[in-house]
Amino acid sequence: MSFLKRILLIGLIGFYVPSSYAEMTIEITEGIESALPISVVPFAMQGASGVPVDVSFVVDADLGRSGYFKTLDKQSMPAKPSTAEAIQFKDWQALGQNYMVIGQVVEDHGQYNVQFQLFDVYKGQQIMGYRMVSSAGDLRRTAHHISDLIFEKLTGKKGVFSGRIAYITSSRQGTQSTHKLQVSDADGFNAQTIASSVEPLMSPAWSPDGRKIAYVSFEKKSAAVYIQTLATGERVRVAEFPGINGAPSWSPDGAKLALTLSKDGNPDIFVLNLVTRSLTKLTRSFAIDTEPTWSPDGSSIVFTSDRGGKPQLYIMSSQGGDERRLTFSGNYNARASFSPDGRSIAMVHGNGSDYRIAVMDLATKAVNVITDGRSDESPSFAPNGSMILYASRKGSAGYLSAVSLDGKMQQKLVFDSNEIREPAWSP
Amino acid sequence: MKLNRTVLALAISAAILSGCSEDEKEASLTDGTQNAASGINDASTRGLRNGSGLSGSEMNASGMYPNAGIGPEFSDPNNPLSKSTIYFMLDSSQVQDDFVPVIAAHAQYLVAHPGQRVVMEGHGDERGSREYNIALGEQRAKSVASMMKVQGVADGQLEIVSYGEEKPASLGHDEASWELNRRVELVYQGK
Repeated sequence: MSFLKRILLIGLIGFYVPSSYAEMTIEITEGIESALPISVVPFAMQGASGVPVDVSFVVDADLGRSGYFKTLDKQSMPAKPSTAEAIQFKDWQALGQNYMVIGQVVEDHGQYNVQFQLFDVYKGQQIMGYRMVSSAGDLRRTAHHISDLIFEKLTGKKGVFSGRIAYITSSRQGTQSTHKLQVSDADGFNAQTIASSVEPLMSPAWSPDGRKIAYVSFEKKSAAVYIQTLATGERVRVAEFPGINGAPSWSPDGAKLALTLSKDGNPDIFVLNLVTRSLTKLTRSFAIDTEPTWSPDGSSIVFTSDRGGKPQLYIMSSQGGDERRLTFSGNYNARASFSPDGRSIAMVHGNGSDYRIAVMDLATKAVNVITDGRSDESPSFAPNGSMILYASRKGSAGYLSAVSLDGKMQQKLVFDSNEIREPAWSP
Repeated sequence: MKLNRTVLALAISAAILSGCSEDEKEASLTDGTQNAASGINDASTRGLRNGSGLSGSEMNASGMYPNAGIGPEFSDPNNPLSKSTIYFMLDSSQVQDDFVPVIAAHAQYLVAHPGQRVVMEGHGDERGSREYNIALGEQRAKSVASMMKVQGVADGQLEIVSYGEEKPASLGHDEASWELNRRVELVYQGK
């Protein structure tokens, strides 16, 4: 059974509108039945100049959006306590609530003291409580951090609310296209353009420390791979050979970049040592070899090759050699992405005319198709391994979507851009 | 203790974030050495495009003859040189028979005009993964290039770039659009 729940974030966020934030709505199209009932009581706010972000609203939205929690809407709340003493646990028990969160945001000379407490409603006991200081500009991040703390406490899994996502957007005006590489919070807010070009941008890949993004740019009307440091905007061109320079993938230690180059005639996988700048060729087939992705332990690389006639996934040693075919079901398997624990890979799985996201268990080799779109692509694991972010399309509208590994939980992230693609979840 | 870690983490992320927003004001990539030449700066590239007046993709979008500026034969509908796009079947880089005379005409022209250069832009439809489509687009451009080389065109006259599915000729999401997008465009370079 699935329940439909819509959370409209637009319009409810008061005064804090970053210069270039993406308007986004999130719909949970399918959630788990065992979602935990939790009440996030609106935090008491005190401040001469007002509090620019409704922290409790952001926490409520995060938890609800995760699919693991079912939050109680404000109108149904019997009271709005902001201190432990004021809570009448019986009232909340009567509403079937398992947990509740209360808190306060107090302005103090331009800083904000944010405190929250998490309670077990049946035991009437505090489970967790924190106090933190935040600037106005960081209140959303503070809220996401609170969500992470609550999520981890109650599910045992690390929260991913304070992570970020990178993605590519395109827009057209007449014959002029604008392509942007953007980075936003995990909920789509605070979108910032880190690169913009009239020629295509592609294949963003986060460095393992989350400080840099490698990507492909056609700004010179040919492909080149760049590495850009997020904090400074500084960037370095690391590959600009004749032909294809594409599909960058970082080694887990951040010291190497696997990529696709066709300088020797046809596309092969190479590894560029970012320290010594030495280049090592790993594959030598006469077919297309591309889309390398490093296993989290650094020992192997999975890539796409059509050496068997159709694109399929292969695995090899990250030193090169020992190449073996991994996928056998379906006529098209490409663009692999490793789960953070290294036990499974997500891929684009084509069967007939549909392209969907599938997950392969590397131990059993079982392949499970987890989405039902017609052109789903670019799977990227959340850092806690619980969800896969991917790009999808319905009619002319492109959007990002997140799905749980078993396919049972689906979220659709709708940005204001109709051409949004290649999502990459930060480490 | 744990609280301290939390605050520290927030402070670090705040530092990273505020760094980002500062850069943003400077129109993203402000590596001074690269910026001028890179053309990633919107304004400068826009100027370049209008100035050159001869960009394959731009004029193609209006259904005209993109290489018309090279010579009158390129806009004569009875001349095979007026055709500058070679179309391909799904997941294939094999040149179809219909396009053999078109490629031959371009090859002859290039042999007769050894100073003329042409960029062969390979493209694919939107289905499947993006980087694989880049590879497929390159294969398509290479099939056309190798036919031309057999007919005597010099290596130095041909340049290949693959855009995969990143620059569709038709913006639809159906078979009719996909057919138009699996292509190689011959873009003659101005003198």
